[in-house]
Amino acid sequence: MITARAAGLVSCQRCGQVHSLETRLCKRCEGRLQSRDTGSLQRVWAWLLAGMIAYVPANIYPMLLTSTLTERSESTILGGVVELFDYGSWGIAAIVFVASVMIPVGKFVAIIYLAVSVQRGSAANRHERHKAYEVVEFIGRWSMIDVFVVAILSALVQLDTIATINPGIAAVSFALSVIFTMLSAQAFDSRMIWDADRTQQ
Amino acid sequence: MTMQTTPLDDLVACPQCDTLHLASDLPENARAHCQQCGIVLMTSQPAAMARILSLALTAFIMMIAAVSFPFLTLNAGGLRNATSVIDAVLAFRNGFAFPLAVAVAFFIVVIPLVRLSALIYALGPLVRDQRPRLGARRAFALAEQLRPWSMAEIFIVGVTVALIKVAGLATVTIGPAFWAFAGVVVITVLKDQLICRYSIWEALDKTKA
Repeated sequence: MITARAAGLVSCQRCGQVHSLETRLCKRCEGRLQSRDTGSLQRVWAWLLAGMIAYVPANIYPMLLTSTLTERSESTILGGVVELFDYGSWGIAAIVFVASVMIPVGKFVAIIYLAVSVQRGSAANRHERHKAYEVVEFIGRWSMIDVFVVAILSALVQLDTIATINPGIAAVSFALSVIFTMLSAQAFDSRMIWDADRTQQ
Repeated sequence: MTMQTTPLDDLVACPQCDTLHLASDLPENARAHCQQCGIVLMTSQPAAMARILSLALTAFIMMIAAVSFPFLTLNAGGLRNATSVIDAVLAFRNGFAFPLAVAVAFFIVVIPLVRLSALIYALGPLVRDQRPRLGARRAFALAEQLRPWSMAEIFIVGVTVALIKVAGLATVTIGPAFWAFAGVVVITVLKDQLICRYSIWEALDKTKA
């Protein structure tokens, strides 16, 4: 198997059309052509760092501010999971835990692993790494669940004095964290995973 | 493979690993996978274009319904609060969270609608075997670029989680907009599975227009 670059060609990532290496604009879809995205890793690290920083306040500050006739309470992401677990809603607790804790943290780890292995020119586990990249790209958006839960709860539970729910500041930083990590994953040029092996040949 | 003698239009490179392949006509309902990394390079489905267009039109109309009708109604202790999708967006309107209200509006309503309009605009003439409209390529590129940012299906899962959370606290009535929104989600998933970028770009090809 041969790559487009090795054949002196460049392909359009948007539509698949192949051109000679010096072409700049795709003749089929007018997309910009780049054999390899040279600034890719820089942008991956920058967005990832931003995402990780935003994830800290998302866990410290309250996600939901609940007030009822008798009490006022604030719950963080983890606090909300524990609460659901205590009520016996294990399934929902699991969904929220997976979407708000496991997926974001898993994504940080996966992106760091991908970026570091590409920087070190590793040729090992290319299929697994490509799978990891695909999973990160596909699953990252699902972390937004918790933000939407907060939105719908705050819109729905507005019963004057009996019970009101309002969003906390963590909802904002959590949403930012998800957006930044999505941008980080999108900046990653997956062709680099497969390049290490090819330069050694 | 002898690359020098093959015309460039007959080649296709994998967008994710850059491996070159020879493009050939696929039999109906077949998928072509990349030999190196395994992603789907192209699919061939009969009348895909017409089906994508009709699904996109359906989803568009249902989305309008989902935004206009009542979504959920909460009853507790004699008090009642009806919520629409717009209210869910406006939950973040106060103070520091305002940018989030804008972002949520884009994720669950604006971007899905823009994607659907762009697809309808780009594919409409193709289904009738006419020349692509002016800007059709830009419209289709936009629809594909926005795909990860269209989060209607995530919203509906979030709503389900929220419903279970309040279920013990109060009675919730599900309005017509909820079902319309769920319909949009199912149709969008079906539609996106029919989209084969390669074939659509081939149909929109600048050089052949």
